[in-house]
Amino acid sequence: MTDATLSFEEAMEKYDPVLGFEVHVELNTKTKMFSSAPNVFGDEPNTNVNEVDLGMPGVLPVVNKTAIESSIKIGLALNCKIAETCRFARKNYFYPDTPKNFQTSQYDEPIAYDGYLDIELSDGTMFRVEIERAHMEEDAGKLTHMGGATGRIQGADYSLVDYNRSGVPLVEIVTKPIEGAGSRAPELAKAYVAAVREIVKNLGVSDAKMERGNVRCDANVSLRPHGRERFGIRSETKNVNSLRAVEHAVRYEIQRHAAVLDSGEPVIQETRHWHEDTRTTTSGRAKSDADDYRYFPEPDLVPITASREWVEELRATLPEPPAARRKRLQADWGYSDLEFRDVVNAGVMDEIEETIAAGATPTVARKWWMGEIVGRAKNADVDPGQLGVKPATIVELNQMVEDGKINNKMASEVLDGVLAGEGTPAEIVEKRGLAVVSDDAPLLEAIDAALAAQPGVADKIRGGKIQAIGAIVGGVMKATRGQADAGRVRELILERLGVEG
Amino acid sequence: MAAINRDDVAHLARLAHIEMSAEELDRMAGELAVIVESVKSVSEAAGDDVPATSHPIPLTNVFREDVVGHTFTAEQSLSGAPDAYEGRFKVPAILDED
Repeated sequence: MTDATLSFEEAMEKYDPVLGFEVHVELNTKTKMFSSAPNVFGDEPNTNVNEVDLGMPGVLPVVNKTAIESSIKIGLALNCKIAETCRFARKNYFYPDTPKNFQTSQYDEPIAYDGYLDIELSDGTMFRVEIERAHMEEDAGKLTHMGGATGRIQGADYSLVDYNRSGVPLVEIVTKPIEGAGSRAPELAKAYVAAVREIVKNLGVSDAKMERGNVRCDANVSLRPHGRERFGIRSETKNVNSLRAVEHAVRYEIQRHAAVLDSGEPVIQETRHWHEDTRTTTSGRAKSDADDYRYFPEPDLVPITASREWVEELRATLPEPPAARRKRLQADWGYSDLEFRDVVNAGVMDEIEETIAAGATPTVARKWWMGEIVGRAKNADVDPGQLGVKPATIVELNQMVEDGKINNKMASEVLDGVLAGEGTPAEIVEKRGLAVVSDDAPLLEAIDAALAAQPGVADKIRGGKIQAIGAIVGGVMKATRGQADAGRVRELILERLGVEG
Repeated sequence: MAAINRDDVAHLARLAHIEMSAEELDRMAGELAVIVESVKSVSEAAGDDVPATSHPIPLTNVFREDVVGHTFTAEQSLSGAPDAYEGRFKVPAILDED
């Protein structure tokens, strides 16, 4: 059954959206949150586990120190306060994705709280998203539903469980309700998740690959009539796992809620499932009295205390925040807002930075990445940075163009050769015989030979009959098989003969 | 701490996926009520000036370095499983959740 929707424009005319996000970040520690089993993606099922991950009776979890440090770093990068002391709690539920029948999480004492993130929208508008909390927990195992028509739980005969992911450290980042985004809500949703992803990647605490589930987003949407303060009833769309999908899911839910409200029905508070193929959501589980997790402090884990010294030590290790870095780079490079935005959107900011560090000017680096490499990457369907162009290659190619050894057209050809693995630019120029002969030494040699071959013409030029020079230029061009710069040859001949041009 | 009644027990049994007969619910409601009452007397002794205690030993920050330790083979992992298929635990599909 397809849900009714209003057009986005009509929904915006009638209602004001309120958003909220829960973003789960998988940390890239070597081991799990509470066990020494490896935290590795995609191995043989049930081999990256030990007795703790399988919830065997009588086992004791032990906290991974690096995971705590990563969590504190995330909290600091989100401008949060770091709790002086906090505890883990058991979230009790019975489902085969956790063999313990509880998830070790944090409840009323998150490690980080009261933060914010300033999000820049595509036109430069800044929007502050307030962070309620960031808490630590463990990931659950992976269920595969077998039988049934669709591979989904409905109609499945049984499920298969792989606990390799069980116990992988997670940090769940929860926003406060986000009001006032209006029609920018879908864009803000995408930009917020992108910013969180960028931050954890920049911190080096997560691989941050959304396609692998390293960063997963649950998006809450509710609508209220314009001017009303009280929030509407929200839906929570689970596991929206690409940036594009976050934007689309929020947009769709706004349109769907608007149609429900227009019909006079109340919105049902429920989980929704996102479907990338149809770009719609379907009803999941309604909130029920089964959502009673009976949280209590985890008796097997003692509290965490984060001394202010420790927090400051960790703060001192934080890299420059991505937004500040972008601002600095744009100023350093002197790009216009539009130029810089194109560079960021093309995903070549880091590459340009490296190319400039290797010796190119900002203009040259941008010309090569945006003009030559981005298009090739698109054709090859890879990220520009993965095409295999080294900064040194660009610097070398550019130097050859500036020295007049090759022209731009040849340089592009040489780049193709480099990417095809034919060698360095210099080797390829040599091998393909591409060089523009404007290096004076070989030209002078050819000029001397041409003058010696036609002494009469040389005398005429010396005598002021400059138009006779064509015969000498022709001789030189013939000798260099057309690869000489004729203008330069003419200059050199006149110089050689001591005649003013 | 509120007293525990038969409805609470039925709710908890549902949460814990435990099937209980009407007689069991009646009996358990009585037994649990006694336990809850007993715990309540401890709360009275503690008084308002004593914070809730989750851990009796004043110990914090028991950490492990992030170094990989031992793991099980799939065979070892599944050795106690009631049912398994292709290296994974085989469990009944649970339809009322997702």
